[in-house]
Amino acid sequence: MKLLYFAWVRTAIGLAEERLTPPPGVRDVAGLLEWLKTRGPGHAAALAEPAAVRVAVNQDYARPDQPVAPGDEVALFPPVTGG
Amino acid sequence: MAVRVQSEDFDVGAELARLSAGTHAVGAVASFIGLVRESPGDVPLRALTLEHYPGMTERQLGAIEAEARRRWPLEAVLIVHRVGRLQPGERIVLVAAASRHRNAAFDACRFLVDRLKARAPFWKLEETATGSRWLEAGADDQRAAARWDGD
Repeated sequence: MKLLYFAWVRTAIGLAEERLTPPPGVRDVAGLLEWLKTRGPGHAAALAEPAAVRVAVNQDYARPDQPVAPGDEVALFPPVTGG
Repeated sequence: MAVRVQSEDFDVGAELARLSAGTHAVGAVASFIGLVRESPGDVPLRALTLEHYPGMTERQLGAIEAEARRRWPLEAVLIVHRVGRLQPGERIVLVAAASRHRNAAFDACRFLVDRLKARAPFWKLEETATGSRWLEAGADDQRAAARWDGD
């Protein structure tokens, strides 16, 4: 699975991108975030408040119960501030 | 192409003229230009850096354009959004809608801006003499976007 991080999520984790293989128990966005928290202190800090982070699966906004699969591109980022 | 993400500045006059070039069907062009403004506090803004999610940004902007075209009879739509490090006073974004009549052009332009601000994956990093910080999303922007949801 390809993980992408933007804005303060990227700076907190210290990576713009990583490839990970979540355990089989990770089935949806909420489960993925819970598992990612355990990956290190940066991940834990970025995901301390999961509601503050937006998630996109394959470049579309995703809700916590949306399923995730090994080939997906999953992005984590703060609420957007463009325009 | 009606949706563009680029680091370079754009020529507002040329961009808007192109929306009605080669057609006499356009009776109204409404546009919005977003600029880097100085900070309201004591610490002057040095620069604003725009980060985006390549791929998803174009996809979301394309979806926003398609939704505007479903809602209003539009002859043309244009969204140009810059990324990278910008100085105070520089242009960030140009949004425009062209239609036969002004109401559709005005309403569609406002819709495009509101939706862009709520959904397009861009983030602003504010740089001052004392450091850098990521801007937080405003509740006003979410409310502005939400007012189109019930239509």
